[in-house]
Amino acid sequence: MAIFTPERNWWKPLGREEKLWVGIAAVWCVFMFFMLFGWYYLGTQNLPTVARRITTAQYKTLADAFVTKYKVGEEGATKVPVVDPKGDPEIYLVAQKWQWTPILILESGKKYNLHVSSIDVQHGFSLQPININLQILPGYDFIVEFTPTTKGEYSLICNEFCSIGHHLMTGRITVK
Amino acid sequence: MAAVATPNVFSGSRNEYRVCPVTTLKVDAAAERLIIWNAVTAIVALTLGGTYALLIGLTRWPDVHLLSAPWFYRLLTAHGMNMLVFWMVFFEAAGLYFGACILLNARLVGVKLAWVAYALMLVGAVMVNYIILAGEADVMFSAYPPLEASPLFYIGYILFAVGAILVCCIFIATILVAKKERRYEGSMPLAVFGLLTAAIIALFTLASGAIALIPTLLWRLGIIPAMDPGFYRVTFWGFGHSAQQVNLSAMIAIWYSIATLTVGAKPVNEKLSRFAFVFYILFINLGSMHHLLVDPGLASVTKFFNTSYAMYLAVLGSLIHAYSIPAAIESAMRAKGYNKGLFGWLLNAPWKEPGFVSLILSMAIFGFIGGPTGVVLGAGQLNLLAHNTWRITGHFHATVVGGTTLAFMGFTYYVIPLVFRRPLFAKPIVIWQPWVYGIGVATMSIAMTLAGTFGAPRRHWDVTFTNAIIPVQLPSLMNLFLTLAGIGTLLAVTGGIMYVVICVGSLFMPKREARSLSPLEA
Repeated sequence: MAIFTPERNWWKPLGREEKLWVGIAAVWCVFMFFMLFGWYYLGTQNLPTVARRITTAQYKTLADAFVTKYKVGEEGATKVPVVDPKGDPEIYLVAQKWQWTPILILESGKKYNLHVSSIDVQHGFSLQPININLQILPGYDFIVEFTPTTKGEYSLICNEFCSIGHHLMTGRITVK
Repeated sequence: MAAVATPNVFSGSRNEYRVCPVTTLKVDAAAERLIIWNAVTAIVALTLGGTYALLIGLTRWPDVHLLSAPWFYRLLTAHGMNMLVFWMVFFEAAGLYFGACILLNARLVGVKLAWVAYALMLVGAVMVNYIILAGEADVMFSAYPPLEASPLFYIGYILFAVGAILVCCIFIATILVAKKERRYEGSMPLAVFGLLTAAIIALFTLASGAIALIPTLLWRLGIIPAMDPGFYRVTFWGFGHSAQQVNLSAMIAIWYSIATLTVGAKPVNEKLSRFAFVFYILFINLGSMHHLLVDPGLASVTKFFNTSYAMYLAVLGSLIHAYSIPAAIESAMRAKGYNKGLFGWLLNAPWKEPGFVSLILSMAIFGFIGGPTGVVLGAGQLNLLAHNTWRITGHFHATVVGGTTLAFMGFTYYVIPLVFRRPLFAKPIVIWQPWVYGIGVATMSIAMTLAGTFGAPRRHWDVTFTNAIIPVQLPSLMNLFLTLAGIGTLLAVTGGIMYVVICVGSLFMPKREARSLSPLEA
């Protein structure tokens, strides 16, 4: 009776079925534990873990220099820059209320270090339709090493609430 | 039965008590008043949160899209605070007083302090609600800096937390005094052990919350220049996720209690069940790391360690309860003679008892939807595909709403006749309430999860991105699941309204002693 005090000596060995259940559950947990290593080596898409501290002003300077250097056009009412880094592996993406800047044109099969950081509040990097999601913080330059493998247009949306215009925040990455 | 002064039972104490005619438990009058006030306040918070749930649910339903963007985000913030914090913690405060005093035949220690705790929590909750509705804190439940809320928001949050810490301390002190005064023999009941687990987790959880929120308040007051967003996220989720483990432990304590109340179930092995609770204390706080897997700034070793073996030990705890409770129900039913076939015990179970239905649905929704989705989200590579999508929302609605809230609702149907000493209002509705609520929440959670796999972001007003500068088109199949989530919300809100009507109606029923354990006959 779970709501009454138990009998005096409740420290009893497990029954047969209990041992079986706990045994299976424990084996499964151990298997899952080893699979965490397994997935790391078997999978081709692992968590990015490289980041460095940076002030928002420093990050903006770096990203602006990148955009100025490789800008090939503009798009939309607010003239969002379109950037083709032409083989430079160090590429920059800025999250700010409420736009991902710039629009990136990348080459399929080429390895990139995508720097992504915010210059105001926290944002959520969400690349669609492949549904890759990262948390973006101001003050941290998140460096994501990746190789685009499939050509096409990918949309960026923001999936961390970043104040009242959050749902307006979009961007694009084109892989050619 | 009138309250009587009790020199013979509680000698030398100031307490009044009554003896419950159904359970023969002694009920401390001071504890009873606190249980009633905390429970009623919890239901007020649930009503507020539920109203907001309806409005935001109808906004995310693409064909309805009810609220304006500012009000959507505002009420979403208020919904999170009222449901995840105020409803849960006020109800748990009532549960802790119930466990420590009534189940242990004990007197409440520090009655005045318990009222101070209640007042702090109430003032905190009112402040937070007011400041959000005034539009001064559109920051969501998580309130990530450098997003700014009014300092009053953090002050309200902190006042509430201080009250909750006091409740945990009073609970633990009451148990210690009860032990010393020999109010109960031998070990404490399993349900109280589970509640003690919840209280211990609550203490380190709230400490982590203080480490996140106090510097944030100082930053908003201009005393410190900046608040590191990465530091905040680590400490906040030590509070935000671990707080849900408090709810989890309390829910499981209530599962065991309802199993006893409805079919007279006895834990199959006390030792095993208690070990499972200890696993929670030791390991489940690591679930917090799942919010941070795709964060910058944390080393791969940190992420790896925290998703690995330690988390699975907590999962093992849940797997033990998942065996232990159904096995206890089966044994109890078989002992009553329902032995026909493999599932005769289940078919003959008291399916008309609202508590039993709540228990089964709560276990099913938590066990088959909430728990597994959470374990999946805890794997790094999969988290990359799910972080901040609606999958997260689907996961925690299956755990904390379909699991915890439904269990709390089921438990209320026993508290009203036995503690409030009033018969239930609208008994024909009571039978259906857990079904409507449970099916609604399950539908909503599954639909949210599926929409999230198609990229639907959480906390988002417009997934069509109508006025965005660069147009975005998410897969059209997602809309089907957004709509389904809306329908699930309507059903869940209907179940919620039924619950509130039953509770409020019962408060106006004439007071009388319970005549039976079954709330339908009491």
